[in-house]
Amino acid sequence: MGILVENISKKYQNTTAIQDISFEVNKGELFGLIGPDGAGKTTIFRIVTTLLIPNSGKVTVAGLDVVQQYKQIRNIVGYMPGKFSLYQDLTVEENLQFFATIFGTTISENYHLIKDIYTQIEPYKARRAGALSGGMKQKLALCCALIHKPKVLFLDEPTTGVDPVSRKEFWEMLKRLKQFGITILVSTPYMDEASLCDRIALIQKGKILKIDTPQRLIQNFSKIIWNIKSSNKYLLLEDLKAFEHKHSVFAFGDSMHFIAKTDLVSKKEIENYLKTKNHSDIEVNKIEPTIEDIFMDLS
Amino acid sequence: MNRKVFIGFVKKEFFHIFRDRRSMIILFGMPLVQILLFGFAITNEINNVSIAVLDKSKDVETQKIIHKIAASPYFEIEKVLHAESEIEPIFKSGKVKAVLIFESNFNKKIQTTSLAKVQVITDATEPNTANTITAYVNAILQNYSKEINHNAHSKYDIAIESQWRYNPELKSVYTFVPGVMTVILMLVSAMMTSISIAREKELGTMEILLVSPLKPILVILGKVFPYIFLSIINAIIIVGLGFFVFKMPINGSLFLLTLESILFIITALALGILISTISNSQQTAMMISLMGLMLPVIILSGFIFPISSMPLPMQIISNIIPAKWFISIVKAIMLKGVGIQFIWKETLILLFMTMIFMLLSMKKYKIRLE
Amino acid sequence: MPQNTMIKVENLTKTFGNFTAVKGISFDVKKGEIFGFLGANGAGKTTAIKMLIGISKPTRGTAVVAGFDVQTDSEKVKRNIGYMSQKFSMYDDLTIRENIVFFGGIYGLSRQEIKQKTEQLVQELELENYIDQLVISLPLGWKQKLAFSVAMLHEPQIVFLDEPTGGVDPITRRQFWEMIYAKAHTGTTIFVTTHYMDEAEYCDRVSIMVDGSIEALDSPKGLKEIYGVNSMNDVFLKLARNIE
Repeated sequence: MGILVENISKKYQNTTAIQDISFEVNKGELFGLIGPDGAGKTTIFRIVTTLLIPNSGKVTVAGLDVVQQYKQIRNIVGYMPGKFSLYQDLTVEENLQFFATIFGTTISENYHLIKDIYTQIEPYKARRAGALSGGMKQKLALCCALIHKPKVLFLDEPTTGVDPVSRKEFWEMLKRLKQFGITILVSTPYMDEASLCDRIALIQKGKILKIDTPQRLIQNFSKIIWNIKSSNKYLLLEDLKAFEHKHSVFAFGDSMHFIAKTDLVSKKEIENYLKTKNHSDIEVNKIEPTIEDIFMDLS
Repeated sequence: MNRKVFIGFVKKEFFHIFRDRRSMIILFGMPLVQILLFGFAITNEINNVSIAVLDKSKDVETQKIIHKIAASPYFEIEKVLHAESEIEPIFKSGKVKAVLIFESNFNKKIQTTSLAKVQVITDATEPNTANTITAYVNAILQNYSKEINHNAHSKYDIAIESQWRYNPELKSVYTFVPGVMTVILMLVSAMMTSISIAREKELGTMEILLVSPLKPILVILGKVFPYIFLSIINAIIIVGLGFFVFKMPINGSLFLLTLESILFIITALALGILISTISNSQQTAMMISLMGLMLPVIILSGFIFPISSMPLPMQIISNIIPAKWFISIVKAIMLKGVGIQFIWKETLILLFMTMIFMLLSMKKYKIRLE
Repeated sequence: MPQNTMIKVENLTKTFGNFTAVKGISFDVKKGEIFGFLGANGAGKTTAIKMLIGISKPTRGTAVVAGFDVQTDSEKVKRNIGYMSQKFSMYDDLTIRENIVFFGGIYGLSRQEIKQKTEQLVQELELENYIDQLVISLPLGWKQKLAFSVAMLHEPQIVFLDEPTGGVDPITRRQFWEMIYAKAHTGTTIFVTTHYMDEAEYCDRVSIMVDGSIEALDSPKGLKEIYGVNSMNDVFLKLARNIE
């Protein structure tokens, strides 16, 4: 039993943060909520961590109800809020020690869980947490959330504002944690991180667009994506936007991802169109969609 | 188990306090600065006040009085004037605070009508000083007239004899030590705890504490404990400074004073927790503490302005200020030397207030985010 | 300094006590160029930007921005650049109109100019119906697009964008970059930092800072060739790994 979310909605004064959200996370699964800021990710986290009561709907964590049995839940979950929430004026070691103590455990008792992560920040253990770099702070926060050996781990945007190297390391750590059977619910605004989860929910404006494994989402995507390059990106974008067969066109790295209104548009047709617009070094190729393509197509 | 958690929490709180220079200054700098400021600079006593004398009769009697005044430690005769026209300029020059005028034929009038007049003109741009000067001159003159009455063996003379009990020299130290102690204990206990709880909310650490098995009561006790400890130290510093530096007597039981101080510290802490439940940022907590606590403590508690001379509505309001009751308790113990039998009413009121604040903050303390 | 060089940085250094945050970096940015300024957290990016926009004095070295030396002419530098950061861009508790009037005012625009700019701006961003709403009520993506336009109010020659798209949804992010392209097309120089590596590919040239020094500087294509990888993400990972 992992996490079961059934039809929850939450309103603040006059804005609806989330509407009729349902999903299920299996025991030991790494489940990602993927969506931009303002999608409602943090509200979902606060409800499943017993911090907020939904206006409607039902949530259980490890079989326990978040409203009635919140006390039991608080004993078995680890939570890393979106904002860096450790004591900046305590050292790395003092922070870890403190969180171990309030959960009634010791660092040594569950050291095996955090060993991989902690050894990376151990050289700085006498440094105040406020003086750590972004990546280090996230690692420390993860250690603190893990120190009591939680059954379920909630990580709200752990990689936001963190550089790509630290992000990559962070995800590698999450994968290793799976071997301990910990259920993990993680959120991120970075679409490229979606493929690192077992299953994902794409979420925008308080609603879930789709839930599936990243692989199946990609396989089941029915539209053809054309990856198009030319020597002038700005004009390429402008011209593709004006193309009569355009369904959508978005810049993607050094090229454009183009979806036509029908699948009948051929590579030749696109190339010819671009030639008439005086583009040079034209490359047009069919590619497999990314999660970001799918997200944009759904939203 | 719980004890270990509690100790861990308290340890963390002490780290916060000792590592934050601002808290350290408020904690230990403030009491020292306030006490010394009130003690040396802001005082109601007068010492060596410059005055001028215009003696229109220049006889034996006036000379005697002038000598007496000059000999007192309170006054120094800056100038002897010769005409009324000199009075205005000397006040304007700011050289003197008061002018004494003896009417002509002073001695003769005393001998014949037993009534002679001395006029005291004071510079009332500082009303407090002016009042005090008048009172001191009065006292000296009364003393003097008592002496001559005594010498004359006049049988039917009624002399007014006033006595200032518990503070015969009207020393301001006797009011400011209890006052400063109240302000500091309020500040340290209420403001610091409310800020420290609000800080956890502001930084987001409260979210983690909530999503942990930590019981709310443990969070509150853990927050409060270090400040009880530090407030007691502060109280000791203030009473000690009052006793050793400013010679404020402690006539009553030191033990009772300690107990009452602890009670007041707990009242203030309960208020601090209550404030923290309604403020989400350190700034709000500080504003509420300063506006809602400090101002009433300073203005309505009788520390600076006597309650009896306030308009009736203010007098009524002053009753709900815990500081008012604590100040009167401290004064009673330190100056009058009374025991609990005379201050049980004030003590009960404080106890009652503390319970109400605690109940309210328990009710308001959130186990969730909203 | 040649006519078309908008930023010229030579041996720019900043030390705090005995810690050197920026270690003698040098580079040029041309007129109309989109220059990506990348680096890991704590690599010294923010410190470098602060020096370039004239709010922090370099310890050593020179930086000439829009023709003015940041060391001696920081006031003129500030007047000729636009700046937008993720952390602070506009006042949440003012309406869109009030923000435009305020920022127009501090850059010395006349009332007439502000009025005209306001109309033009809300039309471009299709905000006509929201002009008198508080900024706080806008979705993040709109806010950032608006902030960019406000940073461009006084038509600066260079605009500095510090992580302008953090947390913004993918579509709005691309719309944002289209605005950047359009401005660059009209000759505005863009100096931008980002954590999205695909956005690095949108830049004409990219510099990558590691530990206070610029370790790589080239076009995205050139960088991928040098490091023999397929994406900027891999370039970044490879660089950071090499240093460690």
